[in-house]
Amino acid sequence: MKLQKATAFALYAVLELAAEPGRQRTAVEIADKYGISAHHLAKVLRDLGRAGLVEAVRGVGGGYRFVGNAKRLTLMDVIGLFEGTSAEADAPTPGEGQDIASGLRYVLAELDAQTGATLRSISLSTMLKLVARRPWESLAAARPARPTRAARRGP
Amino acid sequence: MARRSTTLPPQASGEDPTIRPATLADVAGVIGLDEEVTGLRKAAYWQDMFERFGARRRDQRFFLVAGAPGHLDGFIIGEVRAWEFGSPPSGWVFAVQVRPRLRVRGLGARLFAAVCARFRTAGVARVRTMVARDNAVIHAFFRSQGMMAGPFIELEMRLD
Ligand SMILES: CC(C)(COP(=O)(O)OP(=O)(O)OC[C@H]1O[C@@H](n2cnc3c(N)ncnc32)[C@H](O)[C@@H]1OP(=O)(O)O)[C@@H](O)C(=O)NCCC(=O)NCCS
Repeated sequence: MKLQKATAFALYAVLELAAEPGRQRTAVEIADKYGISAHHLAKVLRDLGRAGLVEAVRGVGGGYRFVGNAKRLTLMDVIGLFEGTSAEADAPTPGEGQDIASGLRYVLAELDAQTGATLRSISLSTMLKLVARRPWESLAAARPARPTRAARRGP
Repeated sequence: MARRSTTLPPQASGEDPTIRPATLADVAGVIGLDEEVTGLRKAAYWQDMFERFGARRRDQRFFLVAGAPGHLDGFIIGEVRAWEFGSPPSGWVFAVQVRPRLRVRGLGARLFAAVCARFRTAGVARVRTMVARDNAVIHAFFRSQGMMAGPFIELEMRLD
């Protein structure tokens, strides 16, 4: 699954804001941290505002703060505001007698069920705890170094 | 330093004092709580579960409860399983329930922490479970405890 830019930006922003619910942050602050377009992020924040996940704070400094329920909002809730996640829906509709195409959609539906269940089971609060544990570090340590081109080619 | 002793009160051993191993007197409470949650009365099933997980091999099998006998607040069941599918010994959690009106106050997390503490004492380094894909509550609960998808995939087929 490949997240569209707007979706990834929305997840960065919502999770940054949910990490410190009392604090307001501007689009520029968040955009700078991730090296992304502040203009694009500002648009995404307005969408998140309309969906009731964040609120614009008026006055000096301005910015946004998180107003959702981090224990109940899931990654899927945020992603679903910006894009669908179904691989099956993206596959061409099989025509009469195209059993292979139907079979392919059947397998894609299995992947979709897995993807959906995963994204619906991870709340923003669970995601923030995961980030704090940094599990990717032990994964990288356990993974053997990638062989170089020369090593793959062999002697 | 004081020597570890089984006669220490639960607090002194660092255990959650409100969570204890089930006794025969708790089985009726488990049956009642499960009936309240699922709408089905499975007396023989829970009796059998207690005999298998609460009464035997109690260094490897854990049937833990919270609350008073006859009126339980929640329970959790787990065991150490070895070499299933080639996997080194690991802890398996296969039932957890909290009384509906006591939910979302941390009891589920405390039951899970208690069974994990016993798994650690039993010498295993990993805990596993399986959830129904469409049971979002139980899936979200285990995820919130830090669980992620493991390296196994469940496969099945119809036998007809
Ligand atoms: C799953 C269950 C054990 C959770 O017990 P609980 O006492 O409510 O859980 P806790 O209060 O300790 O909550 C722990 C975490 O789970 C999350 N959680 C609990 N209920 C949730 C729900 N309905 N939706 C989303 N997340 C939930 C909490 O938000 C909390 O997350 P946090 O760590 O981010 O704060 C309880 O809901 C239950 O008994 N459900 C039915 C069990 C069942 O279906 N059993 C059948 C299979 S054995």
